[in-house]
Amino acid sequence: MIQVENLTKRYAGFTAIENLSFQVEKGDIVGFLGPNGAGKSTTMRILSTYMPPTSGRVSIAGYDVFEQSMDARRHLGYMPENVPLYTDMRVNEYLAYRAALKEITGRRQRERVGDVLALCSLNDVEKRIIGTLSKGYRQRVGLADTLLHAPDLLILDEPTIGLDPNQIRQVRELIRNLGKHHTILLSTHILPEVEMTCKRVVIINKGRIEAADTPETLINTVHAAGGIRFEIKPGDEPAADRLAAIPGVREVALEEENGGWKCFNLRTQAGCDPREELWRLATDRRWAVRELSRRKVTLEDVFVELTYGE
Amino acid sequence: MFKFITLLKREIRSYFHSPTAYIVLCFFLVLTGFNFHMGVALLSRGPSEVTVVEAFFNSIPFWIGLILIFPPITMRLFAEEFKLGTMETLLTAPVQDWQVVLSKFAGAFFFYVVIWLPSFLYFLVFERITSTEASQAAGAFLGSYLFLLLVGLFFISIGCLASVMTQNQIVAAVMSFCLIALFFFMGLISFFSPNISPLLRDIVAYFSTIEHMGEFSKGIIDSRRLVFYGSSTVLMLFLTLQIFQFRRWKP
Repeated sequence: MIQVENLTKRYAGFTAIENLSFQVEKGDIVGFLGPNGAGKSTTMRILSTYMPPTSGRVSIAGYDVFEQSMDARRHLGYMPENVPLYTDMRVNEYLAYRAALKEITGRRQRERVGDVLALCSLNDVEKRIIGTLSKGYRQRVGLADTLLHAPDLLILDEPTIGLDPNQIRQVRELIRNLGKHHTILLSTHILPEVEMTCKRVVIINKGRIEAADTPETLINTVHAAGGIRFEIKPGDEPAADRLAAIPGVREVALEEENGGWKCFNLRTQAGCDPREELWRLATDRRWAVRELSRRKVTLEDVFVELTYGE
Repeated sequence: MFKFITLLKREIRSYFHSPTAYIVLCFFLVLTGFNFHMGVALLSRGPSEVTVVEAFFNSIPFWIGLILIFPPITMRLFAEEFKLGTMETLLTAPVQDWQVVLSKFAGAFFFYVVIWLPSFLYFLVFERITSTEASQAAGAFLGSYLFLLLVGLFFISIGCLASVMTQNQIVAAVMSFCLIALFFFMGLISFFSPNISPLLRDIVAYFSTIEHMGEFSKGIIDSRRLVFYGSSTVLMLFLTLQIFQFRRWKP
């Protein structure tokens, strides 16, 4: 659905993205991740035909975004960051206007506007002026607009930014449902959300791709550290040194100390679970144990590992 | 064509949904009303060489109004959409760049025409009440309005050019005012320094708006003026389109 080859965008004095290549298959929901300023919005603007790249090729549904821009636009729906809308129009007017621009007219226009209003639960505010709507509603108006011409591909730049937790859940549900019929590329900073909704993720940093795979594969293969919490009463022994000596433990940090109890946070190597050895050590040394638990590696760990600034 | 109409309708709509439009309309009504009053007052003092139409279209308040009217009409055209970010949604719908530029231009021109419509009434009422002709011939009356349209086309295209260069409406307004004023006062060179060479005087006559108005309001319709304003408008719109596209290459 999306083919990106050696995409580069340079502005006067700096390179926003360099040599990006990736593919998005039909039917995928792809999370596009990266720290602020990594080049996510620039990439999405190029994919959506808004601006041309310095070099490289992008094709959407087989159409080159630069050479066959109009055809590409007919196959994609793009929602920019912060959802710009004409604040002086009513919701239904706005959608009718956008539908007309997207070559949907007459009875089909009324049908489509009705459909997307219902799909995005906008029927209550259909007649309201967009300027008076809350952020959550505006977000949904923007989303409704992208759906009008039933595009194969949706490109959503931070669809959940600035929403409250309930609204985030609603939008997430909506996106997950849309994923049944559309290919979706979305950027976000909320990583648990990506784990829940996206089949694949592309992580970029400083204009380059760091990783592109399914969240599960990334969690298992990227050298992201998991964590173990271990709370013991080691007396006067140098517990930290002994813990660090156990194979698989990368780092030992003393989190808190309280009445002889010491709580350690251990970072382990990827794919390693040294809890059994830890328990054995504690029983051998006759340390009292109050907690021994493992925190699962999340996409957040992967993200931090890949993009943490030097 | 259909998309052009859709875009144009939105442009026109947005004029009448903004307070600026009504402020401009009111300001203009007051100014032209005052101007008309001055013209009538001039005639009521006794026999005069000029008709009320000529007096109306060649007075100082008329020119002040005509120069000031364009920046508030055109400043928001592109600047506002760039600022709001709606340009991004607009240009990722299957719409051609030239359709956007032309629809904005046409929308502003439509509003400009609406602003001038009430002034028709002045002359109708004048003829009704005084039972004298407002102008010596229909040609002079229509010529004046034809010229208003020509000037409108050109100055609105200047306004489009100013608006496409920035995302700040105030900057756009100041820029279009400066460009229009510069052009207008260049045409006044022969008034300020009567001793310039005949060649220069001829050149100035080509773009002296004030002299052109004098001709048209007497009913002299010179095809050179039509070509001049027509081609200048096309040039300005062409530049607008180029800058419009360039801005996305290098935002």
